[in-house]
Amino acid sequence: MKYLTIHNNQTVNIKDIPVFTYREFLEENIVLLKGQAKKHCVNYFGVNDNLQIKLYCCIADDDTHEIFINSSIINIADSIPSLSAQNHNFEKFEREIHENFGIKYTDHPWLKPMRYANNRANKQLGIADYPFYKADSEELHEVGVGPIHAGIIEPGHFRFICNGEQILHLEIQLGYQHRGIEQLFLQKTKLLERATLAENIAGDTTVGHTSAFSNLWESLCDVSSDKSLQFSRTLALELERIAIHTGDLAAICADIGYQLGNSVFGRLRTPIVNFFQEWGGNRLAKGLIRPGKINYPFTKELAQRLKEIFIAYERDFNEMADKFFSLPSVLSRLEKTGIVSYEEALEIGTVGMVARTCGLNRDIRSSHPSNLYGDLFNHEPIIKHQGDVYSRVKLREEEIQQSILYCKKLLENIPEFNKAENTEIKPGNDKFTLSLIEGWRGEICHCAITDEQGNLKAYKIKDPSHHNWMALAQSVRNNEISDFPVCNKSFNLSYSGHDL
Amino acid sequence: MLSFLLIILVSIFFMGLVIRTKSLASGRKGPGILQPMKDIVRLWKKGSVYSTTTSIIFRIAPTVYFSSIIMAILMIPHGNQPGIISFGGDFVLFAYILALGKFLMIISALDTGSSFEGMGASREALFSMLVEPAFFIIMGSLALFTGHTSFYDMFSVLNYGSYISYLIGALSTFVLILIAMIENSRMPVDDPKTHLELTMIHEVMILDNSGFDLGVILYCTPLKFAMYGALIANFFIGSLPLQISLPLFFAIQIVFAVTVGILESFMARFRMSHNPQFIFILTSVSLLIFFGVLLVLGKFI
Repeated sequence: MKYLTIHNNQTVNIKDIPVFTYREFLEENIVLLKGQAKKHCVNYFGVNDNLQIKLYCCIADDDTHEIFINSSIINIADSIPSLSAQNHNFEKFEREIHENFGIKYTDHPWLKPMRYANNRANKQLGIADYPFYKADSEELHEVGVGPIHAGIIEPGHFRFICNGEQILHLEIQLGYQHRGIEQLFLQKTKLLERATLAENIAGDTTVGHTSAFSNLWESLCDVSSDKSLQFSRTLALELERIAIHTGDLAAICADIGYQLGNSVFGRLRTPIVNFFQEWGGNRLAKGLIRPGKINYPFTKELAQRLKEIFIAYERDFNEMADKFFSLPSVLSRLEKTGIVSYEEALEIGTVGMVARTCGLNRDIRSSHPSNLYGDLFNHEPIIKHQGDVYSRVKLREEEIQQSILYCKKLLENIPEFNKAENTEIKPGNDKFTLSLIEGWRGEICHCAITDEQGNLKAYKIKDPSHHNWMALAQSVRNNEISDFPVCNKSFNLSYSGHDL
Repeated sequence: MLSFLLIILVSIFFMGLVIRTKSLASGRKGPGILQPMKDIVRLWKKGSVYSTTTSIIFRIAPTVYFSSIIMAILMIPHGNQPGIISFGGDFVLFAYILALGKFLMIISALDTGSSFEGMGASREALFSMLVEPAFFIIMGSLALFTGHTSFYDMFSVLNYGSYISYLIGALSTFVLILIAMIENSRMPVDDPKTHLELTMIHEVMILDNSGFDLGVILYCTPLKFAMYGALIANFFIGSLPLQISLPLFFAIQIVFAVTVGILESFMARFRMSHNPQFIFILTSVSLLIFFGVLLVLGKFI
């Protein structure tokens, strides 16, 4: 066997994961992915082990619902060839390994620091020393935006190389939101502390990240999650999708200066997030999803409330969406703006919503289902093919409709909720677990490794933004610089999810 | 003198009306009519902060810009009451005194050395340049139509005889409304509400201005709107007596403000590269006016 085959949320012993020499490891994974749109790398990371680095590579197969894992051990001082030279999916992962451990790659095409992590190998250079790509030209000019954002969102630096109004190149430098979440997971030992950390990985994907963490933790501790937990996670994920997609539609309207859409969609987001408040006491669903228990049972009264909210929501939403998608001035801004082609999406390794707008079917809800997906209903991903801003906006609108249908279906059969109990659960020894979940933005991957005492040895998080930022940088090429804001918003990627 | 006072009066509530219209159109109550003016007065009470990279240009530009608009307003008549400055060919001075103010704003934006402001300055220069032919073709047609070359003479003898002259009035109103929108960097050419520097035109040029200077620049927008509104009103006032022309003047200004608010509420901003095409429409409509005038005068059959 060249790899260990597991399924989503399955815990295995570390000693069962095959270990290869680096050369075999490289060849094996390159061959596995070559020309395969249905396979992609969900996580690739290193774990420090006494001057040696153990690399784990996890590749998901969307057709067979399997995940292939293999590993390799290298020395920190080694100079090794990179996987990125042959497959650009690995570009970010290898940059991270290079930054954290100082591994030298001989043929990496874009070996730059990723986020200037606190525990990086080379502390000589700081975030201000980032080596930007430069154009030596009299005609071209550079425009630097950030890291302070003009509005209300997070910091990141965007460096454009422009020819007049046209963008030739965009380089995105992130890392300003780095908090060392993965390290904190190891330092904080209480379950509540870890759950709180998980919900703060990216504030707009609270349900996504806490569900991934909870699924992973339950699997790692070998406890089965009952129907009520799965129900609440599935429902909360879909509600989060509706809320954030609606908010995004409002923000896109604001970016193209369409006031009516901005105010109507902006207003429609509120009843959905307020429902989270009614259910779990927090508008962003913080504290709602926890491993092994739920503190807020979903009652019949809440179900009735949600149905009423949907009736009012759908009436206004459909009317506004009809108006929005038939207004010529709106369409002229959205269509053929910020195109990502299928080939680019595949090469970058985009996931989630961005992949689905380029004709690339990547949706964990159908390819690696967990919770009630694949059980209560079989998810059919919505696919768009143009890869432009219009596709990303239209996809949001259709996913909202789809999510409302799913929520209504869930409400038909509400399971019994038991009283929440604090049971002591402990992870197994020398285990490896991987959890995938489809947040509203796309595939979230959490990996955990325990040592011989059952303590966490490594916790690895991959937010969908990890790969998708590169898609944004590619999409704006040859577009007008004044269209960048609407392109950026149509992706709506997370800074903190990337910087961790 | 009357016209000058009227324009100042209208400028105080003009933006308030636009904002109130937009608020109502999006289902909100909106601030009071005088709120934009209160904000400007608040800025007037503050001092300005100057970046160390800027020169004297940056300091004088807001004042020159403001005075250029005041001077342009002095030339606008009210029906048969002449403006304070009035002579043959004054509309040429009118256009170029406004251009002078704009020129200083553009070089003051370049003076800051910011890449954003340079971008905004280049957009502003391009769009203003494209607007110019439309204005001159209209004014030239009017001069041909009436046989006079000053605002006062043109408007006081402008009378509506044939159907074609109504058409000329309507088309000129349309063109002047859009010129006012473009000159003030409003929708659909520019979005005054955006917070995104990369998509701005006028707002990005004044990013470095603060306090009193910013207040002066912001006050220029309602002044310019009221000024173009007064020009439009003149097309209809003609030589009507004051008791009719005064209410008519205010009615036209209010309709103008509400039109601006509605235009901004129900459509998206144009893509930047479509703006020049859009502005050229104005020139072609002005050419229609020109041909209309030639038809009326029987010089073109």
